[in-house]
Amino acid sequence: MHIVIIGNGITGITTARHLRKHSGHEITVISSESKFFFSRTALMYIYMGHMKFEHTKPYEDWFWKKNRINLVHAHVDNIDFEKKQCWLNNKERISYDKLVIASGSKPNNIGISFQKIKGAQGLYSMQDLELMEQNTKGISRAVIVGGGLIGIEMAEMLHSRGIHVTFLVMEKSYWNNVLPWEESQMITRHIRHHGIEVKLETQLFNILQDDRGRVRAVVTDQDEEIPCEFLGVTAGVSPNVDFIRNSDVDTSRGILVNEYFETSAMDVYAAGDCAEFRNPVPGQMRIEQLWYTGKMQGEVLAQNLLGNRTAYNRGIWFNSAKFLNVEYQTYGQVPAVFPQSLDSLFWANEQEEKCIRIVYDKENLSVRGFNLLGIRYRHEVCERWISEQRKVHEVLTHLREANFDPEFFRRYEKEMTAQFEKEIHSKSKSESALV
Amino acid sequence: MMNAGIVIMLMALALFMSTLFGNSYMLTSRSLYLSVNNHEHLSNIEPAVSWMKNKNYTSLFSFIHDFRESVRSFNRSSKEAKMWTDIIYADYTFKVVKNSCTGWVRYHKFPLLLTILSLLVTGAGLFLTAKYYHVPKGIKNDHIFFSKVTARGLFGILLGSLLILFYIVLYFRPEYIAPWVILVSGVSRLLSGQEASQWFLYGMLYTVAVLVMGVRMLLKYRGNRYQQFRTVSVIFFQTSFAFIIPEILMALNQPWYDFKNIWPLNYSFFYDYNLHSYTSGAALGWFMLFWGIALIVLGVPVMTYFYGKRWYCSWVCGCGGLAETLGDPFRQLSSKTLRSWKIERWIVHSVLVLVTIMTIVTLVNYFSEYKLLGHETRILHRIYGFFIGSIFAGVVGTGFYPLMGNRVWCRFGCPLAAYLGLVQRFKSRFRITTNGGQCISCGNCSTYCEMGIDVRWYAQRGQNIVRSSCVGCGVCSAVCPRGVLKLENAEEKTRFAFHPIGVKREKVS
Ligand SMILES: Cc1cc2nc3c(=O)[nH]c(=O)nc-3n(C[C@H](O)[C@H](O)[C@H](O)COP(=O)(O)OP(=O)(O)OC[C@H]3O[C@@H](n4cnc5c(N)ncnc54)[C@H](O)[C@@H]3O)c2cc1C
Ligand code: SF4
Repeated sequence: MHIVIIGNGITGITTARHLRKHSGHEITVISSESKFFFSRTALMYIYMGHMKFEHTKPYEDWFWKKNRINLVHAHVDNIDFEKKQCWLNNKERISYDKLVIASGSKPNNIGISFQKIKGAQGLYSMQDLELMEQNTKGISRAVIVGGGLIGIEMAEMLHSRGIHVTFLVMEKSYWNNVLPWEESQMITRHIRHHGIEVKLETQLFNILQDDRGRVRAVVTDQDEEIPCEFLGVTAGVSPNVDFIRNSDVDTSRGILVNEYFETSAMDVYAAGDCAEFRNPVPGQMRIEQLWYTGKMQGEVLAQNLLGNRTAYNRGIWFNSAKFLNVEYQTYGQVPAVFPQSLDSLFWANEQEEKCIRIVYDKENLSVRGFNLLGIRYRHEVCERWISEQRKVHEVLTHLREANFDPEFFRRYEKEMTAQFEKEIHSKSKSESALV
Repeated sequence: MMNAGIVIMLMALALFMSTLFGNSYMLTSRSLYLSVNNHEHLSNIEPAVSWMKNKNYTSLFSFIHDFRESVRSFNRSSKEAKMWTDIIYADYTFKVVKNSCTGWVRYHKFPLLLTILSLLVTGAGLFLTAKYYHVPKGIKNDHIFFSKVTARGLFGILLGSLLILFYIVLYFRPEYIAPWVILVSGVSRLLSGQEASQWFLYGMLYTVAVLVMGVRMLLKYRGNRYQQFRTVSVIFFQTSFAFIIPEILMALNQPWYDFKNIWPLNYSFFYDYNLHSYTSGAALGWFMLFWGIALIVLGVPVMTYFYGKRWYCSWVCGCGGLAETLGDPFRQLSSKTLRSWKIERWIVHSVLVLVTIMTIVTLVNYFSEYKLLGHETRILHRIYGFFIGSIFAGVVGTGFYPLMGNRVWCRFGCPLAAYLGLVQRFKSRFRITTNGGQCISCGNCSTYCEMGIDVRWYAQRGQNIVRSSCVGCGVCSAVCPRGVLKLENAEEKTRFAFHPIGVKREKVS
């Protein structure tokens, strides 16, 4: 059987690797961005000089041949689902028995069209990074609009080159649509502490160009004009599915799939950033745009291709990021705004820029999630506690087991537990007073 | 301010280099007498070089040339006259040069040394302050791959060449740096009361490098106490155990001994002259012998069982100390390919076998009262000392920092690292734990692994890292942006844990 995979990102490659591990099928990966798989998440480190492109490749170049995974460096312009053929931009056609689409994402547009303006761009691909390198050569001021994870990465990148950054954030505080208020505040302060200017509750209103068509300033919705030579647009990403929009495959925002990653077309599958679940499990997102989820989806998809029908079930949520110097980890359920049923314990050390939030169910006091800034926790332990619905008291007495910080780091468990126990005590008192 | 710091450090370097030049040299009966301690040799050399006597040389090169030639022509005529026993094999050039130097360095050694050191410290201080003072704590590897020094650029190659040249001269032609030895001879007098040798000079430069670059480490890794603690540890062991204590021992008429240097890194530990000096000395000599053996048979396995080889390689060892301080800016240059791992295993284990065989032969010979090989083991020692001790450990090991990373010797050559590594691989509680599914395959860990371990290979599969070469420097864990890695000592049975979290195994049937 010939399995063709479009996209050599984490999703496509994970699928290919697992197929190879468990089968002898012929595998071909077609991708247009780069010949070899690289880590998109590491693009920022290339710009900052921490690494070179070659360091971002998780496998050496001989790996693919040795594992009989054919790599085709080309763009799929069109797919003939009848004849089961991919039409490439180099006029070649590749036939498949089964097709996997893992074409990833593309940067979102904002209300104003910026693509034609020199010096204004998003950041998703290797080519975007090369463009950014050119666009930022010798400049001194930049503006970034869109306060998400790629926005902060871009800010850090520019900052590392000594470029003054103004960061426009729509929310009341950085990433406040995802992070609860205190965490979000801590990060906002941290960003400012580095000398990056953060303008909250501010949106882009207009982009001003010079006579050569290059960005020279932006105007905010507060009517402020901010001079800049570079504009980074990081308003999120959406599925990169334009090349199959008008085909037999059902799409909405992304390619519609069920929990087995089957699309509406026979023998065609989709996964990763480009896929959208028709009926997601309650509590799960319709589109998962993460490295980790791409990896997990690819693994399950490979099982399905091999005939082991396996429904995708992401399990307990986790994620992590780094905001300049502060690491962030999250496990389970930690919403930005709490529903009635949840409450949390929060401990912070402002000076050290560390904090912990433990979310629990008010009703039965079982632990639901963890948020951590500046402290590392064990994935396995947090996941176990959450899935076993451990009571918050129990978790507090065992907090040490979860700590994953390097040796000799200061430990705060004593301080935390003391504070938390007092808090729980007073909370339960005030509640009983209400009754 | 950073540039000012660099300029001042370069001034220190320039002044230090210039002390090699502009001296004058005059051979006198006294300087000859001080240098040649063998009476027969002295009486042979004296007439041969008498024409040089009291002549003022302003060039070190012609002085060395004339002296060498004179001895050589004496040897030639002895050979022609078949006076075999007269031939002088010992090389007195270094000592003669040192004792005949009458230049400015000799008369101003303290002020000069102080000036050089204070320029260095001021320059480094300015540079480091400018670099780290206003920056919030946290590890920044910004611009490392843009730099002409740290990315095998022009200055890196230049620096490497200088280091290589320095090691070659130090090991094989020390007479050319005799003025430097004079420069530090006052310090040697103060510490041990003895004349400085080129080895004292080397020890002192080594210690200064570890100190200055150690301070840089402490600043660079602010916010990571593991890094800071182990840096303090290597600074401590270098200054005390490797530098000051052996000198004090000398002052007390004891053998020069570095209590933390373990066979087979310390390959001469079982050489007959060393065994002789331990056993002929007082109680302390015997203690040195037993201590050294205890470290080999007990210290290494027990400590490595509990903590991994890091207890030695990145906390105590001198080579490790230099690599972790002076070498830190170059850690990213080690090769991570599968091929280099293969080559590494072949070479490093061959060196271990080689040194073991050499040592066994030496010991058997010693205890058979030289019946086995007579004094021929010396040839063996000379070959090992030349190829492994000098070329590999020194010239390549350190000279190649800016080209192949800071652990070339430790990774490819050190037989002690190989021994520690075997214990670490097969019987130890140490591992680097991978934190479930948090890895984003970014590659920071692999890039900054000085031992060339492809850490990411394991991390992205959710697998713990158990590798014999890991020196436990902890930098992978420090640079990982997702908190994926943790160096740990824990129960042996959890060592090879493999937990690709996320998709539940049972669900993927
Ligand atoms: C700067 C940045 C930082 C990020 N950091 C994180 C992070 O820290 N953590 C995290 O979880 N996620 C992060 N993400 C998101 C994460 O990288 C993505 O979710 C993930 O890469 C998606 O993988 P994928 O395989 O689905 O798609 P992609 O990685 O986008 O791969 C798809 C590939 O297919 C190619 N392709 C598309 N269409 C065609 C076609 N028609 N023909 C041929 N080739 C085609 C594309 O060129 C692309 O190379 C980050 C993303 C960016 C941009
Ligand atoms: S540095 Fe961390 S996230 Fe990056 S590849 Fe290594 S373990 Fe994974």
